[in-house]
Amino acid sequence: MSSGVRSMVSMMTNLEGYVGFANLPNQVYRKSVKRGFEFTLMVVGESGLGKSTLINSLFLTDLYSKDYPGPSLRIKKTVQVEQSKVLVKEGGVQLTLTIVDTPGFGDAVDNSNCWQPVINYIDSKCEDFLNAESRVNRRLMPDNRVHCCLYFIAPSGHGLKPLDIEFMKRLHDKVNVIPLIAKADTLTPEECQLFKKQIMKEIQEHKIQIYEFPDIEDDEDSKLIRKIKERMPLAVVGSNVVIEVNGKKVRGRQYPWGVAEVENGEHCDFTVLRNMLIRTHMQDLKDVTNNVHYENYRSRKLAAVTCNGGVDTSKTKNQMTRSPLAQMEEERREHVMKMKKMETEMEQVFEMKVKEKKQKLKDSEAELERRHEQMKKNLEAQYKELEEKKRHHEEEKSNWEAQQRILEQQKLDASKTMEKNKKKGKIF
Amino acid sequence: MPSFYCAWFVFNTCTGEGARAVPLAGHVGFDSMPDQLVNKSVNHGFCFNILCVGETGLGKSTLMDTLFNTKFEGEPTQHNQPGVQLKSNTYELQESNVRLKLTVVNTVGFGDQINKEDSYKSIVEFIDTQFEAYLQEELKIKRTLHSYHDTRIHACLYFIAPTGHSLKSLDLVTMKKLDSKVNIIPIIAKSDAISKSELTKFKIKITSELVSNGVQIYQFPTDDETVAEINSTMNGHLPFAVVGSTEEVKIGNKMVKARQYPWGTVQVENENHCDFVKLREMLIRVNMEDLREQTHTRHYELYRRCKLEEMGFKDTDPDCKPFSLQETYEAKRNEFMGDLQKKEEEMRQMFVQRVKEKEAELKEAEKELHEKFDRLKKLHQDEKKKLEDKKKSLDDELNGFKQKKTAAELLQSQAQQAGGSTTLKRDKERKK
Repeated sequence: MSSGVRSMVSMMTNLEGYVGFANLPNQVYRKSVKRGFEFTLMVVGESGLGKSTLINSLFLTDLYSKDYPGPSLRIKKTVQVEQSKVLVKEGGVQLTLTIVDTPGFGDAVDNSNCWQPVINYIDSKCEDFLNAESRVNRRLMPDNRVHCCLYFIAPSGHGLKPLDIEFMKRLHDKVNVIPLIAKADTLTPEECQLFKKQIMKEIQEHKIQIYEFPDIEDDEDSKLIRKIKERMPLAVVGSNVVIEVNGKKVRGRQYPWGVAEVENGEHCDFTVLRNMLIRTHMQDLKDVTNNVHYENYRSRKLAAVTCNGGVDTSKTKNQMTRSPLAQMEEERREHVMKMKKMETEMEQVFEMKVKEKKQKLKDSEAELERRHEQMKKNLEAQYKELEEKKRHHEEEKSNWEAQQRILEQQKLDASKTMEKNKKKGKIF
Repeated sequence: MPSFYCAWFVFNTCTGEGARAVPLAGHVGFDSMPDQLVNKSVNHGFCFNILCVGETGLGKSTLMDTLFNTKFEGEPTQHNQPGVQLKSNTYELQESNVRLKLTVVNTVGFGDQINKEDSYKSIVEFIDTQFEAYLQEELKIKRTLHSYHDTRIHACLYFIAPTGHSLKSLDLVTMKKLDSKVNIIPIIAKSDAISKSELTKFKIKITSELVSNGVQIYQFPTDDETVAEINSTMNGHLPFAVVGSTEEVKIGNKMVKARQYPWGTVQVENENHCDFVKLREMLIRVNMEDLREQTHTRHYELYRRCKLEEMGFKDTDPDCKPFSLQETYEAKRNEFMGDLQKKEEEMRQMFVQRVKEKEAELKEAEKELHEKFDRLKKLHQDEKKKLEDKKKSLDDELNGFKQKKTAAELLQSQAQQAGGSTTLKRDKERKK
């Protein structure tokens, strides 16, 4: 079967005449709207940094209300991981939004391992997905993996706290981490600038990989994105309260000295965050979660399994690029070959031993035969000898007997003569 | 691009179980999500794979050329192929800002053999091979699904010969074998050979034959309101009667694709003349994405399920704790290793058994040998004894004879002496 990729040069420009696959994007659009979307956002930070307020501001809703009180209103002794699911609709598009909160984070006196529940949560969602994906009968299950983690940094103005660094270091390869400066209305623009610089420096020093908003292929947007990257980490302000400023109704925080407007780009980076997080990069956050973080989790998990449960980081490259099924096939084949070899070896040994034994038996038989033959010969010889002797004796006997007979006859004759002579009177 | 399939099971509507609906106090902006998704997919590029099944000479290549407004490579094939082969070619096309990696797979030699019983096999094998490749990639430990070049067949155009009567048995057999593996779109090829009234009857006959034989052809989806109406209308026009042509003829003041006959010109894009436009609409413009989706969520899943079950994997009871791939792999592997060890053990045992048997055999032989020689030995002993006896009797005789002889000799010598002395006396007396 021949196959090859041919680039039709004339085709890279418009096709002559209408074909219609330029409509594919619309088809994709249509289907995606029908499906609906989902997104899981995690917020991490010490109590009182305005996490819930920010969420409400971002999604212009009261996620936590009287009926559904937010975690901050409840006293936590240990770090909890809590999720709230809401369904929001806008412009015909349906979004199932899951907000994962971590009350109690960093609030204890000893905060060692306070990131562990967070890691466990993220991993367990990945595991659920992995299990669902690995079923033989795959069923419909929503994607509950954490797509983005907003990490709230307290506006100290100095730098990152050890806890901040520790957390981000542990989470940056598991989830998209976006650090935010919380309650940024306590910092002046200059202080904010310095603070941001310091934070980014420390992030680079510790080699923490935060989520990089990638360039989207659009010239004007990419310029914008580059400008935005210079503003990282984003300093945000949130508010549940709508205030009237210059005749406009805005979300903001009312101070005696003025109103800090949430959506004013000069006051804080909230708009930037919202645009990036929701309007331009939401899909990318999901894709990075799926293609990078989840795949890392999966390959780590599966590599551990195929090594008989033991964690083995020294897998050969060859084995990693093969599916476990293929690997089993390979092992099976190897084993079959091994068995065949063993079988032929055993056969050989067996044959050889049998031959040996048979030979021995043969030899033994030959030996016995030989001995028997010899004895027989011996016996025959003796017989012959005996016969000879007998014959000889017979001969001798008959000779002697013949002789005796002659002698007897002589004697008889002699005695007869003597008698005669006697009678004749020769006796004086 | 399969990244949009990553959460493939999210193809169901996300009604958000357990989620409460909350109102929004303003414009948040997530209504751009579909656009974000679309932008990403456009940047990534699309891919589509068509399989054309049909006898040689039904105009498969021409139709592809006409559909995609291009001249794909390839010489027209001869009828003397020994078996059915599949030839695939990939092309990169672009229309406005949309890039499409199109793979066209042709069956070469289909229907040309005298014995066509195995014709469908190479097609099924080809389709399965593509599924297998995807499955293997999906199961790898380190995988790169989002950049994987998907070669699975998204649509199968089955070319029916324009006999005007009914489907051939080869058609029915082949389509039956393929309907659970690929989206089948049957089309009547070279339909300019059929008149309109014949065509209607032909279509009805084909449809009824497909139904009565339980062949599941692809139905254009009617669940999305935006396209439900057009799709359901089109479903009624199946199978599409098409004509393909890359030749252009001037009609009026336009150049159109057509086939020119002495009695008139068949215009490819004239809906009164043939269903080409309908096919193009349905296949490309309206349902291309759905075809891909169906391939992935239905045909591929079926293949995957069967393959895994064949290898012995199964889900634990769905009601209790969720199935864990790791546990299954582990269990599978242990079972597998245990199996192998058992086989090894069995083989060893068998050998031990054989050795024992052979040893016993040889021992028997040895015993027999010894017995034989024991018998011979005994015989020999007997002979020897007889010999001894004879010897003894001979010796006795010899001794007896010797005695006799000695006695006789003694007597003789005595007699002689006496006789001699008597003679001597006589002689002596004479002399006096």
